[in-house]
Amino acid sequence: MKVVLQNLTKKFPNRNKKGDDVIAVNDFTFEIPDGKLIGLLGPSGCGKSTTLNLICGLEKPTSGRIFFGEDDVTNLPPENRGVGLVFQNYALYPHLTVRQNILFPLQNLKGAAKLSKAEMLRKADEAAKLVQIDGLMDRKPSEMSGGQQQRVAIARALVKMPKVLLLDEPLSNLDARLRLQTREEIRRIQRDTGITTIFVTHDQEEAMSISDMIVVMKDGIVQQIGKPQDVYDNPINLFVAKFLGTPPINVFEGRVSGGRLYVGDDEVLRVSGAEDQPVYVGIRPEGFIPQEAGPLCCLLSGVEVMGRDTSVVSSHPAAVSVNVRSIIAADYPINREAETVRFALKPYKVYLFRKDTEERIPFEAV
Amino acid sequence: MENKNWKAWLYLLPAIAFLGVFMVYPLVDVLVYSFEEGYNSASQTFFGTGLYNYSYVLHDPYFLQAVKNTFILVIITVPVSTGIALLISLGLNSIKGLRDLYQTVFFLPYVTNTLAVGLVFMILFKKTPYSDGLVNLLINWFGGESVDFIDGPYWAKMFVMCFYTVWVVMPFKILILTSALASVNQDYYNAAKIDGTSRWRTFTRITLPMISPMIFYLIITGFIGAFKAYSDEVALFGTDLNAAGMNTIVGYVYDMLYGDSGGYPSYASAAALILFAIVFTITVINLLISRKNVHY
Repeated sequence: MKVVLQNLTKKFPNRNKKGDDVIAVNDFTFEIPDGKLIGLLGPSGCGKSTTLNLICGLEKPTSGRIFFGEDDVTNLPPENRGVGLVFQNYALYPHLTVRQNILFPLQNLKGAAKLSKAEMLRKADEAAKLVQIDGLMDRKPSEMSGGQQQRVAIARALVKMPKVLLLDEPLSNLDARLRLQTREEIRRIQRDTGITTIFVTHDQEEAMSISDMIVVMKDGIVQQIGKPQDVYDNPINLFVAKFLGTPPINVFEGRVSGGRLYVGDDEVLRVSGAEDQPVYVGIRPEGFIPQEAGPLCCLLSGVEVMGRDTSVVSSHPAAVSVNVRSIIAADYPINREAETVRFALKPYKVYLFRKDTEERIPFEAV
Repeated sequence: MENKNWKAWLYLLPAIAFLGVFMVYPLVDVLVYSFEEGYNSASQTFFGTGLYNYSYVLHDPYFLQAVKNTFILVIITVPVSTGIALLISLGLNSIKGLRDLYQTVFFLPYVTNTLAVGLVFMILFKKTPYSDGLVNLLINWFGGESVDFIDGPYWAKMFVMCFYTVWVVMPFKILILTSALASVNQDYYNAAKIDGTSRWRTFTRITLPMISPMIFYLIITGFIGAFKAYSDEVALFGTDLNAAGMNTIVGYVYDMLYGDSGGYPSYASAAALILFAIVFTITVINLLISRKNVHY
């Protein structure tokens, strides 16, 4: 089932009545293709959870429309939309066993959709098998680990075979190792069922790793939509560039002058296609190549060996943040005793942004 | 280790001393009195020991009447007050405007003096040769005969007593249940909504289990409180409850100690211990039932 959002806007009245309305989601238009896994990504308060609530029907949009397939569901109550929602805290009923929790949505069915007891149990078992908790059906949620509870919550959302599965920060309550495991699991379940899935997260790594497409939001406004790698490689503005990637992109004050790009006083690249102007220069951590006579000269403050790679922490007078962090392959020797380290740059890992609007400036390295 | 133990006891000493003097000693004393026949507190004398006091109390028609009254009161008021309090709390929880006002209004009886309220009830329910109370006026208006609720038939008096008790115990229950309802995570309701759960099913399968510990607490304390009812009856029917036929077990104990026919600490002790046995049994039964139905 494809999901179409059309000029979706949600305003909340301001707490103190005199203030302006708070715009949680602003003019969101997007067509989510059938059977894809979509990550809604943004810092907290950017409207991603509100978007999710609008799609599932817990909130009514101020304006705009929502379609599931060809059906306009904007005014349908949540129960008639055929969505499954997994809550951030799972919202498993603590007094019911796993089986009872998974059966709960089925027992609500009325009229023609009503199922026999045996049929319900069969479906519940099926859902439990899908998320691999079929051995724990008689436990109470409190007797399970966070990861297991998460699976139960997914099973409960899936048991009615919803048209759309929504996950609100599905991994935020899990520890790092479980998070890795569970996100693979979510990916697998989504592939197995082919249900269009939308999940919300503030963790870019999470979104990048499993989504077919990501939507980056900020202050209720969609910044960029695309395949994770495309968005990473071609951020539309400084916010998106900063938000995606760990360690984050390094930002410098710089300028373009006469076909040359300067970071501070270091002339780092020859560029064409960009007008002379002061710019923000974003350089991905993997965009640095240590070189004796490299153009970018940084003060070395530390070297962290992380096995496969080496992380070089340095500083530069023109850098916006205190540290400049670069990731380089471990086979480049770094003199830890040196005061400075010089880098050459990979041009395709360097981005220029306008100072005023922070929008990306296209350029070509020559 | 021994040194530590010694210190621990030292720290506990004040509490233990207080409890010993003001709790344990009197309790043991009551137990002792209840087996001493004809104990006289002035002369500290008694004739003999045995179960005679229990036998006397259990054969005293006033005591039996008091037990009957107490049980009727308990059986009617505990479920009724808890049920109505739950309904009101649900109502309070689902309205937005004026909620604080209603909450305050519902809580007012809790801070009002029992005797004053009793007086108001007497005026509401009274029937004298000269003037009728509001309730009787209403009954007349609907074409019924005036009923003397304060000094008339047993059922009428019992009705007023139950009505009054429910009214007095409700505010506290509403307070507890409103906060219990408010503390149920909204996500559970959202989850239920998305699954298309009917309101009734949401209430019975989610809300009730979620607040069951609080309901259970109210039922237990409600039982205990109702079994120990006394002052409310005095407020309505005056101090001579035996004559009014509206005595309670605690009232009986009081009468045996200080009433006009009083001065029998042995009988009072026996009656008090019988009350203790009843309350204890009921509470144990409650606890057993709660194991299955209360979800912590």
